Amino acid sequence: MSILLDRESRVIVQGITGKIARFHTKDMIEYGTNVVGGVVPGKGGETVEGVPVFNTVKEAVEATGANASLVFVPPPFAADSIMEAADAGINYCVCITDGIPAQDMIRVKRYMYRYPKDKRMILTGPNCAGTISPGKALLGIMPGHIYLPGTVGIIGRSGTLGYEAAAQLKELGLGVSTSVGIGGDPINGSSFKDILEWFEKDPETEVIAMIGEIGGPQEAEAADYIKNHVTKPVVAYVAGLTAPKGRTMGHAGAIISAFGESASEKVEILSAAGVTVAENPAVIGETIASVMKKNAA
Amino acid sequence: MDIHEYQAKEVLSNFGVTVPPGALAYSPEQAAYRARELGGDKWIVKAQVHAGGRGKAGGVKLCNSEAEIYEATENLFGKKLVTHQTGPEGKGIYRVYVEGAVPIAREIYLGFVLDRSSQRVMIVASSEGGMEIEEISAERPESIVRSTVEPAVGLQDFQAREIAFALGIEPAMTQQMVRTLKGCYQAFSELDATMVEINPLVVTSDNRVIALDAKMTFDDNALFRHPQIAELRDKSQEDPREARAADRGLSYVGLEGNIGCIVNGAGLAMATMDTIKLAGGEPANFLDIGGGATPERVAKAFRLVMSDSNVQAVLVNIFAGINRCDWVAEGVVQALKEVQVDVPVVVRLAGTNVEEGQKILAQSGLPLIRATSLMEAAERAVGAWKNDLDQNTRVRAVK
Repeated sequence: MSILLDRESRVIVQGITGKIARFHTKDMIEYGTNVVGGVVPGKGGETVEGVPVFNTVKEAVEATGANASLVFVPPPFAADSIMEAADAGINYCVCITDGIPAQDMIRVKRYMYRYPKDKRMILTGPNCAGTISPGKALLGIMPGHIYLPGTVGIIGRSGTLGYEAAAQLKELGLGVSTSVGIGGDPINGSSFKDILEWFEKDPETEVIAMIGEIGGPQEAEAADYIKNHVTKPVVAYVAGLTAPKGRTMGHAGAIISAFGESASEKVEILSAAGVTVAENPAVIGETIASVMKKNAA
Repeated sequence: MDIHEYQAKEVLSNFGVTVPPGALAYSPEQAAYRARELGGDKWIVKAQVHAGGRGKAGGVKLCNSEAEIYEATENLFGKKLVTHQTGPEGKGIYRVYVEGAVPIAREIYLGFVLDRSSQRVMIVASSEGGMEIEEISAERPESIVRSTVEPAVGLQDFQAREIAFALGIEPAMTQQMVRTLKGCYQAFSELDATMVEINPLVVTSDNRVIALDAKMTFDDNALFRHPQIAELRDKSQEDPREARAADRGLSYVGLEGNIGCIVNGAGLAMATMDTIKLAGGEPANFLDIGGGATPERVAKAFRLVMSDSNVQAVLVNIFAGINRCDWVAEGVVQALKEVQVDVPVVVRLAGTNVEEGQKILAQSGLPLIRATSLMEAAERAVGAWKNDLDQNTRVRAVK
């Protein structure tokens, strides 16, 4: 099993006619993802990479039975597209778009809470690389070949650092159940804690790897959740030990502004919650491997 | 994006927040003239820099005459103001704001921030105005009042009243306080701010609620829909390298060390800096060239990193996902032919087509140091830097 995404997921791509979206649609289809359509207002009736384009998400859902969506829409319109997906009954949405205004995301989150929990769309991102269940499906922009199928569940804020971790695992012959990018923005769809809940329930995930960074309360909130609710071993790495306070490090969300937001404070908080922390990014794979070995014994 | 105090006050007063009468000056003569225009017999001269802690750093002066204003302003202009928020290099003073003094009865701290836990706008207030919020939360945490705003309906009067009463504002002034709070929230939400801070907000002895200071930060991602705010940008307050990088679509933060970093992805960039430190070096910068890593971007990145005279070695760490290592390698080779780089360069490529990429680097004839893993790359960069430093020092010693 995997979480959020598998072979059965019926995927639409919002903003599918853009150059980058086309490229990644092709890549996802080649990987085996069941892409059933795309949505671009005013371009209904066209075909991209062999799949039909619709004017609205509702039409796409009615015609194709789509239940997952990838949002590739430019920042000024992305929040609107996410809300459209939520309203059309999409279950899982990944938003790749980088640069969405924070207050747009506040409105998106508020809008999603209109729906009762069992009908509420799950959103990951924005500003993320996407989600992959290796060997099954890919909903995002990551290179599929660096992930082996396996039992490690990965949650990460950063795209390429997530690749680094997956590649280290592959080097050691270890695979991934699902890798979820939650993105580098201050207001995002799902937190570490939200995804930890999913991995804890997934029978095929043996160990969970969290790849965090400076800024925000999410790692500390995750630590609290792990202490009380997670039975599986958790490994973490937190990037930004050398990052200065008060400066934004690339991601809008990567800025130390309060206690508990620096890398060393996060490492301390996670360690205290029983999480095994990889001391540097070069040993993320090794640390996961040793925890798995200990867990098996 | 940060703006100056005088700009924030103008913005907030358009939303109904009361501010003292004041005027901007670009010279001591103008400052003295402004004071005469404003009238009164007590003025405050305030250095306009993008940083808090100006008072303690000597950037705010109380003056009792035009001559004093002239002198205070003359002493400020052209200087670098170093506060706990500017870093050791400080920020240049090119504008001062002259304000009529007001009779202060009490000082309040008022802040509006994006709260990442509740994912809403949060109001933070304290009866201990004048102190920094960090000091307040360390020393008088019980004085802090917090309230979050429901985004669908905005800040309600009852919430504003609750805050006013919790701060002990006298009933006669509650309405002024409500207007101030609602004005700030409206400015925050309509203009896509990420921070509004009034410290202090004062209650005067003649029962007025006035914003004595004001700081606003705006969401860079939303400036496209607020051109009037984007115009308030003052590049003199930005690190010139960071400003240049931002204009070129690169994300750069200058640091104190001497190993320049060129990396794709923010998380990997921070991780690379951490690894350099672990290997015994100090990173000279954070630089995320974006997921694409096109040859043009790599060349721009080299130019930017080499513009820092402290850089004594460069580490390129690219994880090629969708793009391929051979393509990135060609970009690196092309960039090194275009940009004069006279320090050791370590290149680590990973991901798609890594073997072809390595081959291109090896066959380029350039004196590149190659590495396969992240740790190896950092160790080689630090090693090459030390080695190079050692040799150059010897050369200098011989001379």
